[in-house]
Amino acid sequence: MTYLDHAATTPMLPEAVEAMTAELGRLGNPSSLHAVGRRARRVVEESREIIAEAFDARPSEVIFTGGGTEADNLAVKGIYWARRAADPARIRILASAVEHHAVLDAVQWLADHEGARVEWIPVDGTGRVDPAVVKEMIGPRGGDDIALITVMWANNEVGTVQPIAELAALAREHDIPFHTDAVQAAGQLPVAFAASGVQALTLSGHKLGGPLGVGALLLAKGTDPVPVLHGGGQERDVRSGTLDTPAIAGLAAAVQVARARRDEEARRLTELRDTLIARVKAAVPDAVLNGDPVHRLPGNAHLSFPGCEGDALLMLLDAHGIECSTGSACSAGVAQPSHVLLAMGASVERARGSLRFSLGHTSTEADVDALAAVIGQVVERARRAGLG
Amino acid sequence: MTLRVLAAMSGGVDSAVAAARAVEAGHEVTGVHMALSSNPKSYRTGARGCCTLEDSRDARRAADVIGIPFYVWDLAERFDRDVVQDFVSEYAAGRTPNPCLRCNEKIKFAALLDRALALGFDAVCTGHYARLENGVLRRGVDEAKDQSYVLAVCTPEQLAHAMFPLGGSTKAEIRREAERRGLRVADKPDSHDICFIADGDTRAFLTERLGPAPGPIVDVSGEVVGEHQGAYAYTVGQRRGLRIGRPAPDGRPRYVLDVSPATNTVTVGPREALDVHEIVGERPVWLSPRPDGPLECRVQLRAHGEVYDCTVETDDDRLRIRLRSPARGVARGQAAVLYDGDRVLGSATIAETSRVQR
Repeated sequence: MTYLDHAATTPMLPEAVEAMTAELGRLGNPSSLHAVGRRARRVVEESREIIAEAFDARPSEVIFTGGGTEADNLAVKGIYWARRAADPARIRILASAVEHHAVLDAVQWLADHEGARVEWIPVDGTGRVDPAVVKEMIGPRGGDDIALITVMWANNEVGTVQPIAELAALAREHDIPFHTDAVQAAGQLPVAFAASGVQALTLSGHKLGGPLGVGALLLAKGTDPVPVLHGGGQERDVRSGTLDTPAIAGLAAAVQVARARRDEEARRLTELRDTLIARVKAAVPDAVLNGDPVHRLPGNAHLSFPGCEGDALLMLLDAHGIECSTGSACSAGVAQPSHVLLAMGASVERARGSLRFSLGHTSTEADVDALAAVIGQVVERARRAGLG
Repeated sequence: MTLRVLAAMSGGVDSAVAAARAVEAGHEVTGVHMALSSNPKSYRTGARGCCTLEDSRDARRAADVIGIPFYVWDLAERFDRDVVQDFVSEYAAGRTPNPCLRCNEKIKFAALLDRALALGFDAVCTGHYARLENGVLRRGVDEAKDQSYVLAVCTPEQLAHAMFPLGGSTKAEIRREAERRGLRVADKPDSHDICFIADGDTRAFLTERLGPAPGPIVDVSGEVVGEHQGAYAYTVGQRRGLRIGRPAPDGRPRYVLDVSPATNTVTVGPREALDVHEIVGERPVWLSPRPDGPLECRVQLRAHGEVYDCTVETDDDRLRIRLRSPARGVARGQAAVLYDGDRVLGSATIAETSRVQR
């Protein structure tokens, strides 16, 4: 098996498995006042400190959630509601057109049900947001009618990295809260919360070697979203629900390891990725790399294969034991052309004929060899099928 | 010989067991669910039809249990063009199409098969109740479920890449086998009606697409006995839904004898006037050698319909089928399928029917 779908989920690091399984056998609700509760709380708070340190945040700024989607929803809906409550004129949301569906659909929901006025921030042909465009969109009123701006740190499909610090500075000039979904970036890039200047940042466990079903929202002091989940008042009253000590311990262990290896791993993956792209292009000369060649996630290679359908490529590669993704959402299992590629100006045909190969901590040269050995014949066959 | 087999999986019990049997026979099997509606919710909901979201999930679940890769292929455009639009235009032309038959001819063993072959598969496997050995198509052993009729329009070239693993079994056996294999679709009810007509109301479906077209209902003497809202919604042999206020002079029920789109007229009359003695079939497909002279065989004129002794003469691209005993309610657009015992010899589309005995 050749696993080239680390952006979907990456294997748990052994350290994370160990930390999590150790906690699974232990008793304790971190909110309890007695001894077992105190013990569990210590694990949670130490985990919080580890995560805060790794991402340049204060421990009190770490809000644990049930994953990236929940953190995105909390940030987008919660901040919108809070800002609108403080001033009913604040109903505009600026969101990049290439957001993950966890942000995209949450924003759209606010437009459909909560009176939000959404303005999608366009991207260029590489998927990058231009700060000058955002500045213009903020407009003459200086953004006092804007509830929030949300732009992802790095794109999950094409791997394009956004100029987050610049965008956040722009938002800060106008006192507009800025959220960024850093789910894909967190394990591979230097993601520094305080230094970036953003008010809210989404993390997910299973994309960086931690467990599934756990994530966090880094939330700057003074940014208080209206809760999405009401209940026992955990996590600064922002996210109720008994804390999942084992998952949180696993997340912290993964973050610690990922942080320690990050720069070296980024170099290794960048090199491996460039090899992958070069070898695919050698086998399929008209394959086109999507996304930004420079501002790019180390582990991401996203390519269009003219004349092919992504579905057919996926199936043929799967038959050769190579696991990758078209990177786009499904409806009834039928692949829709990616909104990301369409926003980048790609045609529907090109959007449909694309594959994402994503590398991670277990990826090796052998994985690239395996792909390079078959991609030529697979594309040739898919092309013949595509003509039908 | 191990073949690379694409199993078409509707989400129902038959295609699931067919896929499992193909695996057991040693083939390399991949499951594919055909998405036939661009808006899946608009088709039948629940477990009765096909191509709903729920059916897609059922198919995937079955594939997981069988342990084969599973994909959904979007064939909505082709299905709409070749089956749904064809269905509507056939009715508009005064004929009575069989969409399941068209789906086999144009989708399963054309669009799906072509794509499968291009992607390196050797065959398409379905859950049809029919037997296929060395190019010979026979009825399934379960007489009540036999689907050879809706497969008989496929050419030998199409059938050369088909696989029907259920033909030797009864439905009851398949349900038991599904249960034994742990396929949760074992109890799913059979689908019956036309999958793309959500509520089963064919007349409303046609009216929506063709618009109301009021016209006269006449009897054999030409006297107007009623009014219809569109001749296209009537089928030869139909008795119900004529809404003729005045009873026939002899007090006997009246049947649709003819539908004429040219004059937008529906002709009704007594039951015996439906008797057909001779049929002209067009676009013949031969699954056995094309006969040189007259052929004595049997013919079936609609799905699950009666079988009649007949003599067939071939004449260029048409067949003249003389029935030994008259058939009733024979509609243009349906298939005339020729059998020798349980073997399918060939088929043709019914173009003309003659009530005169010659």
